[in-house]
Amino acid sequence: MTSKDTVGNKAPKDLFPRGEEVEQDIRKRRRAGTIWRTIFLGATVFAVIVLSVLLLKIINDSMGLVAEEAAIPERELLRAYHEGRLTAAPNSAPGGEGDPVETAESLADLPYDALVGIYAANVSRGRCRAVEREQRFFADSLVCETEELFAQVCASDNPAAACALGPRDSTQVIRLIRADVIKPKVVATWNALESITNREEILATAARRFPNAEVYFKSWLSWRFITSPQSSFPEIAGIRTALLGTLWVVGIAVLVSFPLGVGAAVYLEEYADSRSRLNRIIQTNINNLAGVPSIIYGLLGLAVFVRALEPITSGAIFGAGDAAATANGRTVLSAGLTLALLGLPVIIISAQEAIRAVPSSLRQASYGLGATRWQTVRSHVLPNAVAGIMTGVILSMSRIIGETAPLVVVGASTFITTDPDGPFSKFTALPVQIYQWTARPQDAYRDIAAATIIVLLLLLLLLNATAIFLRNRYGKRLG
Amino acid sequence: MSREALAESSPSRFSPEAGGTGSQDMAGLLRKRTRIGESIIEGSLFFAGAVSILTTIGIVYILARDALTFFALPEVRLADFLTGTTWQPMLGEFGIWPLLTSTLIITAIAMLFGVPIGFFTAVYLSEYASPRFRAIMKPVLEVLAGIPTVVLGYFALTFVTPFLRSIFGDDVVKIYNMMSAGLVVGILIVPIIASLSEDALHAVPDSLRQASFGLGATRMETSLKVVTPAALSGISAAVVVAASRAMGETMIVALAAGAGSNFTFNPFESAESMTGYMVRISGGDLSYGSIDYQSIFAVGLVVFLLTFLLNIISRRIVLRFREVYE
Repeated sequence: MTSKDTVGNKAPKDLFPRGEEVEQDIRKRRRAGTIWRTIFLGATVFAVIVLSVLLLKIINDSMGLVAEEAAIPERELLRAYHEGRLTAAPNSAPGGEGDPVETAESLADLPYDALVGIYAANVSRGRCRAVEREQRFFADSLVCETEELFAQVCASDNPAAACALGPRDSTQVIRLIRADVIKPKVVATWNALESITNREEILATAARRFPNAEVYFKSWLSWRFITSPQSSFPEIAGIRTALLGTLWVVGIAVLVSFPLGVGAAVYLEEYADSRSRLNRIIQTNINNLAGVPSIIYGLLGLAVFVRALEPITSGAIFGAGDAAATANGRTVLSAGLTLALLGLPVIIISAQEAIRAVPSSLRQASYGLGATRWQTVRSHVLPNAVAGIMTGVILSMSRIIGETAPLVVVGASTFITTDPDGPFSKFTALPVQIYQWTARPQDAYRDIAAATIIVLLLLLLLLNATAIFLRNRYGKRLG
Repeated sequence: MSREALAESSPSRFSPEAGGTGSQDMAGLLRKRTRIGESIIEGSLFFAGAVSILTTIGIVYILARDALTFFALPEVRLADFLTGTTWQPMLGEFGIWPLLTSTLIITAIAMLFGVPIGFFTAVYLSEYASPRFRAIMKPVLEVLAGIPTVVLGYFALTFVTPFLRSIFGDDVVKIYNMMSAGLVVGILIVPIIASLSEDALHAVPDSLRQASFGLGATRMETSLKVVTPAALSGISAAVVVAASRAMGETMIVALAAGAGSNFTFNPFESAESMTGYMVRISGGDLSYGSIDYQSIFAVGLVVFLLTFLLNIISRRIVLRFREVYE
């Protein structure tokens, strides 16, 4: 048979019978092919759908209409202030009687003296004195406390915090006014989508069910939310404590795991004899560690860093004092060390890959000139592997920044309002905060959990953008 | 001449005089010496490598020690722990099965949901997709893999659960249920399976595909009947790794599957898993030395052994059944 024949009539009848059966078979196979192709494509698109739904759901929850009732609305306080009074009638309906007075837009526009006056006039004297003992309002005079009593407290064995601190500032006083005087309480929330599509109906329902409430469109994520400390009221709660906690813990984790991880990678790639049994065990072990669930690292941290090494991690042997007694080893340092161990395998494995990618001609040239092993590593191998190493470090950071379980197990505080100020302070972190708020049944907590998730995802985005930038900027060193 | 150049160019080791004087000095200089600095550096690098060994030893030692303390308590009997179907620490009943079945059911749901989707994604990306489509999809999968699990837990509780309840009815599906947790753990393992399986499919040499096309096979027949069997070891390893990941997953389960153990096989019921129990107990104020404290280590040991076993199996599969092409 010549090739001409085959081209002329594709399949000679005697070799490839073209019965109806065969054509049917081919049609069937083609149809199966199309169906499976659609299934494969569908599965692939599934990831995109899930990701979009997830992000939309979170954004949708983080803002929307809220009905907020206040014990004394802010505008009433402002109106009263401009009418020359410091107190206002509680719970008057918003937008009610009287002309809108030419008022300052918000409490932030009032002078500091006025804010303190408003606060002192609207809370009980006992509360005001307690607040003043925490931190005084004015450096030179007292508002609610008497001079003698204050001097007495400061002279006692257990002096109040205010004795050592400077005066408050207006941001803090506004926060106090919101928490103790205005007492905003969100009585109902709607998500962003229904707030936009169904606005009229929601306003009508809200006016009927909560006549005293002010209904407005609120984004739970705001600058105030990011800078306010934690609170047991979702309306005034913020994530400052958690954000700083995350930065401290991840910072310590990276400071510890970066040198250890790169050191281990250099040892395994440049020094170790890969045939030796010990080094093979180290290598296998690193791969195994990468598969250990993170909560197990939490148990390790709890038993080793929190309990066994408590004198160190609580700072007691460094004389950290009071904080150590209360933190009990459940400190930023314990959490940081735990996450460092957790992030180590990722750093080692990616640093190893980066080091392996450095051409051995560079090493040979360096040895040929008489350089020692460490000189070769320091001046040639590491500078050429730096982009890959940094990418690995950032990958490891973005893995540990979202870790929740180990931090909960190591003992993240359920409720603290003071900023972490050192490795020996108590801590909470963004993912822990998300967990605690999500676990509560009220809608308002879910909404602030969503707002916190956005902050966490933005942090992750920032980290990954940095990794991509580094890869592009320094990755082309060797062309 | 060249010796001088060498002396000029290396700043520390060769003094300028040594370069000019003669070969005897050079020989002395070039003799291998023990350098203390180098040894210290090598020692510290070895220590950095050994930290990982210490971590493993630490994990095994801590889990074993505290689990043994737990089993030595008068209230606890190992036989009851291994066979009991009630987990009520308050009442002194420590049977691991309710926690274990919950973990296994959630893992099974996750695998049934995640494995096909992950595998099909891998097939599409490796065998069908254009380079441009791949370039878009790979980062999407990476982003999905990078979402913190607590965020997925939020998603399970506030989206998937209401969704399930709207389909099956509020009286069938509890607010906290294993199905919702399992589905979202399934979402979690999709990127893992997709990426590992795609690597395996990609490693199959093109000659196999060309031979298959040459015999008239369709793309689907080539993908499923030629390429997949050739990559089967890698794909099975991916599935086992994903199972290990699903079993050790904590936050999704802690948020969506509910608190309180429950010996049930109904996926719409709430039932606490092993990891969920650990995180709930340690989230409260835990007093050291209490029976609760000891119990989380015993449960932790079971989780560790299960996931470790799966990881070993996955490594074995790769080594044992890998088809090697030149």
